[in-house]
Amino acid sequence: MTRFNAWNVFKNGFTGQKNWDRQWRDPEPKKEYDIIIIGGGLHGLATAYYLAKNHNKKNIAVLEKGWIGGGNAGRNTTIIRSNYMMPGNHEFYEHSLKLWENLSHDLNYNVMFSQRAHVSLFHSPSAKDGAARRYNIMRLHGTDAELWDLDTLKKNIPHLNYDNARFPILGAAVQRRAGNARHDSAVWGYARAADSLGVDILQNCEVTGVKRSQSNIESLETSRGTIKAKKVGFAVAGYTSVLWQMAGLGNLPIESHKLQAFVTEAVKPLLDHVVVYGVGGAHFYISQSDKGSMVFGGDLDWYKSYAQRGNLPIVQDSAEAAMAIMPCLGRIRLLRHWAGVMDMSMDGSFFICKTPLSNLYLNAGWNYGGFKASPASGWYFADLIANEQPHKHVQNHNLERFEKGINIDERGAGPDPKLHG
Amino acid sequence: MIRIKCPYCGERDHSEFTYGGDASIKYPELDAPESEWTKAIFFRENIRGIQKETWHHTNGCRLWLEVERSTITHEIKSVKVCHPQIEKITKSKL
Repeated sequence: MTRFNAWNVFKNGFTGQKNWDRQWRDPEPKKEYDIIIIGGGLHGLATAYYLAKNHNKKNIAVLEKGWIGGGNAGRNTTIIRSNYMMPGNHEFYEHSLKLWENLSHDLNYNVMFSQRAHVSLFHSPSAKDGAARRYNIMRLHGTDAELWDLDTLKKNIPHLNYDNARFPILGAAVQRRAGNARHDSAVWGYARAADSLGVDILQNCEVTGVKRSQSNIESLETSRGTIKAKKVGFAVAGYTSVLWQMAGLGNLPIESHKLQAFVTEAVKPLLDHVVVYGVGGAHFYISQSDKGSMVFGGDLDWYKSYAQRGNLPIVQDSAEAAMAIMPCLGRIRLLRHWAGVMDMSMDGSFFICKTPLSNLYLNAGWNYGGFKASPASGWYFADLIANEQPHKHVQNHNLERFEKGINIDERGAGPDPKLHG
Repeated sequence: MIRIKCPYCGERDHSEFTYGGDASIKYPELDAPESEWTKAIFFRENIRGIQKETWHHTNGCRLWLEVERSTITHEIKSVKVCHPQIEKITKSKL
């Protein structure tokens, strides 16, 4: 694989930039692999990449039922932040943010990471107190966090509804190092980097059956034949329950819900930050893409579903939230909206853990936060698969935490998956 | 929009209703071991296909309904009132 650098761009200039290699190979499946990761999304590809890079593992395959970038990697709102406060979560997401900061260099692929700040508005004195508590906890753990008063906010983001908002804006909790990245670049970058370390990326390879003994997985039936595996990792958030039951393992603390996102026509630079608005039941987040489109999202569709399409009441809710906070968007036209299927877990936190089968490892339950988490998810999941024991930052992110009563419930919403937005 | 045929109010938009959740959960006896309670409260079958679920007609008659719905196509197979006693009353009124 040719590296991206100034010299190679110059050299390929002589042939009209037409002689670049494939970004990743399209190999035939082997009969057997040491490690198979099911799911060729950001999490699966990042896991394969760090298994090869950090742990020097060889003979790895990533199985993807569709194509790279066709699942939730292409269905998110690309927000990256680490404003978490529960033990385990803040270390994990801060590690993820640090990986994002160097990801373009690490992967030799421009993921267009833009640390444009994540600005979470508050609308009442008690909301300000709540934000101060959370952001102080972040600061105690070494993550950047600050509170903006109304004047600072107005200076930075002049186009919000400061005059007659239904819920008057009082200020914002801000993480400056947070921001956005280009979702396609991230997933393609991981695929290309994993492939260059020898990982076989098998697209159009759907797992249709799991052959197992009492204690471990022996082989996988796929749409491209039977493949044996010494170790198997599931990284198929959205469809985890389906695969879990295919392996005969019963129920999980997960429900599949769908979340919509929206993109408008491109406009001139309007919004330099990621702005989050959450009050009165609404939940709304918006940023402007590098192409100029306004990218925004809202709440879940509120009922369990595997359909990758959104319903109309949420379109209306999101449009209302947009108008409430940025009335200047009133005449902008929506180009597209879509929905992704997510694992909503019972406490809003993820799973990176061992399973009842000795050679099966689980990566699931990403709720709203899968995109930003993907580098650290791959990092710690690779660590778990290679070393057979969880890193201390993910030691409680397992399936047993509910019985032990150590739920990692960032929002305090209780065992109702749809409420962990 | 999903349209739900409420036995009391007739066919209405799902935005009038609140989604409850999985209706197939059976809670164990109060003195059952913790592991059984953990399973009932936290673990779900998460069916990809037809599932039994509850909906509350929040902005209507406020009855809890048991609905069979496909989680792939959102097609509704059946709707009935959750509590049989209430069903008797609603039937007598209808």
